[in-house]
Amino acid sequence: MPRISTVIYSIKQGIKSLKRNRMFSVASIATMTACLFLFGIFYFLLSNLSHAIKNAETNVGVTVFFEEGISDAQIIAIGEEITLRAEVAYITFVSAEEAWERYKETSLNPEQIASFGEDNPLENSASYEVYLSDVSMQEVLVRYITSLEGVRQVNDSQEVANALNMVNRIVSIMTTIITGILIAVAVFLISTTISTGVSTRKQELSIMKLIGATDFFIKAPFFVEGLLLGMFGAILPLLGLYGIYHKIADFVSEKYASVFGTGMSLLGSAHVFARLIPICFAIGIGIGVLGTWLTLNRQLKKLN
Amino acid sequence: MAARYDLEGQLKKDIDAPVILFENVSKEYQQGTPALKNINIEIRKGEFVFIVGSSGSGKSTLIKLMLKEVKPTSGKIYVAGKQLSRLKRWNVSKYRRKLGVVFQDFRLLPDRTVFENVAFAQRVIETPTRKIQKDTPRMLALVGLSEKMKSYPKELSGGEQQRVALARALVNNPVILLADEPTGNLDPKNSWEIMRLLEEINRRGTTVVVVTHNREIVDEMQKRVITVRNGIIVSDQKGGYAYAKNQYSNI
Repeated sequence: MPRISTVIYSIKQGIKSLKRNRMFSVASIATMTACLFLFGIFYFLLSNLSHAIKNAETNVGVTVFFEEGISDAQIIAIGEEITLRAEVAYITFVSAEEAWERYKETSLNPEQIASFGEDNPLENSASYEVYLSDVSMQEVLVRYITSLEGVRQVNDSQEVANALNMVNRIVSIMTTIITGILIAVAVFLISTTISTGVSTRKQELSIMKLIGATDFFIKAPFFVEGLLLGMFGAILPLLGLYGIYHKIADFVSEKYASVFGTGMSLLGSAHVFARLIPICFAIGIGIGVLGTWLTLNRQLKKLN
Repeated sequence: MAARYDLEGQLKKDIDAPVILFENVSKEYQQGTPALKNINIEIRKGEFVFIVGSSGSGKSTLIKLMLKEVKPTSGKIYVAGKQLSRLKRWNVSKYRRKLGVVFQDFRLLPDRTVFENVAFAQRVIETPTRKIQKDTPRMLALVGLSEKMKSYPKELSGGEQQRVALARALVNNPVILLADEPTGNLDPKNSWEIMRLLEEINRRGTTVVVVTHNREIVDEMQKRVITVRNGIIVSDQKGGYAYAKNQYSNI
């Protein structure tokens, strides 16, 4: 274990070095801030999107129609069989009358309704609406239900499910690529900062080596430097992101509340930041330490 | 060798044990030109030894080998009871604490005071702060710089800077003091001050090895002189540079 005085010394030296290489320190922190800021924006998108997809999933259903002349008992039996499936969240029965009422309400004007008189054109259109707990299982379920006796037709919403999954995947890939590039740039800049630090302190370091400083003693201040760069590089974007997320959330709930009803709102900031804060710190500190580690041994070997 | 006594009149122990031993040591740098050829040196505890030779003779390589800054191409080197080729990389720092080193260009840290420069040597080996506060002023008093503790190196004369470097080299009580051209940048008066200090340090029991080409000093001090020329030891005796040079002038 290093002495407390050594730890204090290392921290002091690390801070001193940060100040001495002000230009590079600022550049590293700025790059890391940009990197994590963009990452944060994509994270907002991604987490809200997957939130929206989860919501949408529960609204995506499969409609099951029956063959003509089927008995009520048979309908109940089919319902029971469907309910038994693991991927099914819940199931509701829509009678022919209900279906007609709904259709009248949503799609027809009073004149058109009057033209049908007392007839129910959807007489054979009683149905089950089946809601899934996992949209990706939709295809399997549809195949199963189609195979049941007494089922005439199954309408699915595979396209909606596919579209949602596609958007999700594209955003994930973009986040990964952009963050990856920015992380590489940040690691490179931190390496440069550290190697500049080594060369400006060349004399001191070679004296240290000559008078018997341990590797730990020589390296610790540089790791402190990298760590601090990483921490600043994480704190700054987080502050910015926090402000922006609130602005966006307010904007969205104001602007779109009336259009989409209550359905359209962003995830709560507490929920988002509970994850984003540790992720940003882990990336920031990781970049700082990795950048230092990558360059330090190489640079110190050059000394002797 | 006659028994020697230190300041307190006590017999110096292990006076005959070699603290530096080179056995058939050769060193070739990458270009292929040999810097040292088949060197054998034995330096005993408490000795004061000059290593002389013109520039490029290989004498600085000897210091580098002792510090384990470079490895010999062949042969064995023992310093302070360690065989250097067997020393693991992570033990080099501990080994170097047994040696004090001073250089021609002093190598002080310009942004730190005299006190901090000396204390730095202790800080680096994790000496407790309380001990640093005690040892550093004591060492600066020994080299006569108590008054200049708060000065920066650039405010000192060359001789004073070298004395700071000496205090730094000695503060951790090294077994051996290696001095690489310690008077190379100094006028005669300051050079003699440094040499007197080195003699005093030697009298207190530290083995002192001085690499130099200051003929006047070597002649005057009448210590053991090892003469290196073209990577070979051409003379190793007590006396002066002139003596060694005359005897081997035809080599």
